[in-house]
Amino acid sequence: MSNMTNKLENAGGDLTARALREAFYAGLISLGLFFLFVGLKSDQNILNELILVQRWGLLAVFVIVAAVGRFFVVAYLQPLNARRKASKDAAATTETREGYIKRNFTVIAGVLLILYPILAVALFGVQGSLKWVDNFGIQILIYVMLAWGLNIVVGLAGLLDLGYVAFYAVGAYSYALLSSHFGLSFWLLLPIAGLLAACWGVVLGFPVLRLRGDYLAIVTLAFGEIIRLVLINWTEVTKGTFGVSGIAKASVFGIWSFDISAPNNFAKYFDLPMSSAYYKIFLFYLILALAALTAYVTIRLRRMPIGRAWEALREDEIACRSLGINTVTTKLTAFATGAMFGGFAGSFFAVRQGFVSPESFVFLESAVILAIVVLGGMGSLTGIAIAAVVMIGGTEILRELTFLKSIFGPDFTPELYRMLIFGLAMVVVMVWKPRGFVGSREPTAFLNERKAVSGSFTKEGHG
Amino acid sequence: MQYFVQQLVNGLTLGSIYGMIAIGYTMVYGIIGMINFAHGDIFMLGGFAALIVFLVLTSLFAGVPVVLALLVMMIVAMLTAALWNWTIEKVAYRPLRGSFRLAPLITAIGMSIALSNFIQVTQGPRNKPIPPLVSSVYDVFGISISLKQIIIIAVTAILLTIFWYIVNKTPLGRAQRATEQDRKMAALLGIDVDRTISVTFIMGAALAAVAGTMYLMYYGVVVFTDGFIPGVKAFTAAVLGGIGSLPGAVLGGLLIGLIESLWSAYFSIDYKDVATFSILAIVLIFKPSGILGRPEVEKV
Repeated sequence: MSNMTNKLENAGGDLTARALREAFYAGLISLGLFFLFVGLKSDQNILNELILVQRWGLLAVFVIVAAVGRFFVVAYLQPLNARRKASKDAAATTETREGYIKRNFTVIAGVLLILYPILAVALFGVQGSLKWVDNFGIQILIYVMLAWGLNIVVGLAGLLDLGYVAFYAVGAYSYALLSSHFGLSFWLLLPIAGLLAACWGVVLGFPVLRLRGDYLAIVTLAFGEIIRLVLINWTEVTKGTFGVSGIAKASVFGIWSFDISAPNNFAKYFDLPMSSAYYKIFLFYLILALAALTAYVTIRLRRMPIGRAWEALREDEIACRSLGINTVTTKLTAFATGAMFGGFAGSFFAVRQGFVSPESFVFLESAVILAIVVLGGMGSLTGIAIAAVVMIGGTEILRELTFLKSIFGPDFTPELYRMLIFGLAMVVVMVWKPRGFVGSREPTAFLNERKAVSGSFTKEGHG
Repeated sequence: MQYFVQQLVNGLTLGSIYGMIAIGYTMVYGIIGMINFAHGDIFMLGGFAALIVFLVLTSLFAGVPVVLALLVMMIVAMLTAALWNWTIEKVAYRPLRGSFRLAPLITAIGMSIALSNFIQVTQGPRNKPIPPLVSSVYDVFGISISLKQIIIIAVTAILLTIFWYIVNKTPLGRAQRATEQDRKMAALLGIDVDRTISVTFIMGAALAAVAGTMYLMYYGVVVFTDGFIPGVKAFTAAVLGGIGSLPGAVLGGLLIGLIESLWSAYFSIDYKDVATFSILAIVLIFKPSGILGRPEVEKV
């Protein structure tokens, strides 16, 4: 690096020439990459035959953006980074006291979350708050809860699970089927769904006990897909791709109901105007409570012998075994606990949607949840919550960007770009911060004082 | 019996396609120990490149000979897919080399999502059917073998021979094998490791693009989600044959193709993917080193 800074000081003109050259190459490469896919579009005409639509202007934009972007990166960003790094190395690292917000982050976040629906109602009215509470609040919190659940398996025990969505599906279908066949209430079925998912966690965990790392990931992926395919094909029970619809709503512990016809309807009871917003607000607090439960259990478990065993397992399985930790039960409890929270989240999902179909439990969901866990810094609950807000909230916001239509024309639908941007964001964040948003970990066991360890000192585990 | 042999032929065709994709997985896994999740989408990308080249050819030069059209489609698809995979490796995987092992897996999954959605955005979400390129069917002892199947099996055989030659007989292949065995030592002995890894990605992508072209020709349709299921099946093939082993990947591909077509023929077509996934799980659980793979030695 110092070699490079010297070079930079010696020749500024050389740098511009290099940047121009690099920009030219970048333009050339992007031309090759996008020529077929952006420059030409295969489209169906009225006869349903494929025809080509030419879009050379768009291709030119892509190439120019790539070239100009590369020029700026080489000419300005890289020297800037090099200089900053040099000055950072030179300056002595000074102790900085954490700010007030950082110290009390959990409390502030908790209070804000509790006030969130009230704020939304106050700002946008009862009907207007629907979007904010449902699309943003509930949606993000579901992923926070799922990611915290998966965090037990991946972040704490170091078992790479790519099929977590299977447990989510088990939870959702348990609630959907048991409530529509037996008419049981949500509050009874929530623990049952969790238990069933935990059983599946053990069933699927048992055969993979010997596997490590990538292989474990692939087998769990296979299990996730098998469960989804069974849900699609076992039509007598699951109604296949049509899914189960008309799932009963949850009630406030049976005291108030949200069914319009029920005598103890929430809105009627309090003489409020009819609106679906109350149910959404109730659901918001429900998922908030469930997520808080997940976080609480995770934090408590980390201090218990089993939590310590998980983390020890993540760091070194062989050392673990030689110290007399039963790796079989340790792994299985991790799978079961993680799966249980997946099951809870699943039955919440069924209650919220009122409809479940195998479409909701594709591999992509597992990938998204795992991405949130990894981007959040694996093991850090705060980091995972931040990652969920950024990734899910960020892509949800894209739905709202209707003003872009006035720029790019009426055909422009920002939703289409949601997953494209999500995928790219996964790559960019990972390259930029391989250890996730919160790259340090609070140690569970420590001598004299609690010091945060850099994430790079902890292993990701070998499963 | 005839029915059985017929299914055998169908399975071999399918297996050739899986085998070609599987090679990309197995080589990348062998050389940098990473599951290149986006490889299935590179295959899909190759299929789309072939589709667009086909449309260009038919609209510009009507009545172009089929052999020439196929050849041009294949070569352009290979070049495009190779360029994509080269760029992806440079941008998304290389900065994370030496980072913790989950990191490249996550970027690969992200890349896979991004690639399939890129195609969805730029080419539209609908199925892309093309008129059949070759339609002749031969009757051999009561078994119908289509020219398509012959082309696929022949192309696979030719490419694999070339490939085998490159890996086993050329300095480039030697560099690849050395890098696979010990990256640090290879670098010390003067092998440009970065370049070797780049070339591995390029070769894998080129084969996947050929598989994509063959897939388009065989089924006559391609859609942006086509990367995932064939990708996972090809990965299964690579694992079944023993990951890191080239003949293993081909053998695994053929076996998966055979199992899939026989399963759909004799059991249930709905559960054919369940069969593949179950095989994947069973192989990994009971014989993780696969059929031809070396058992992994655990160092303490």
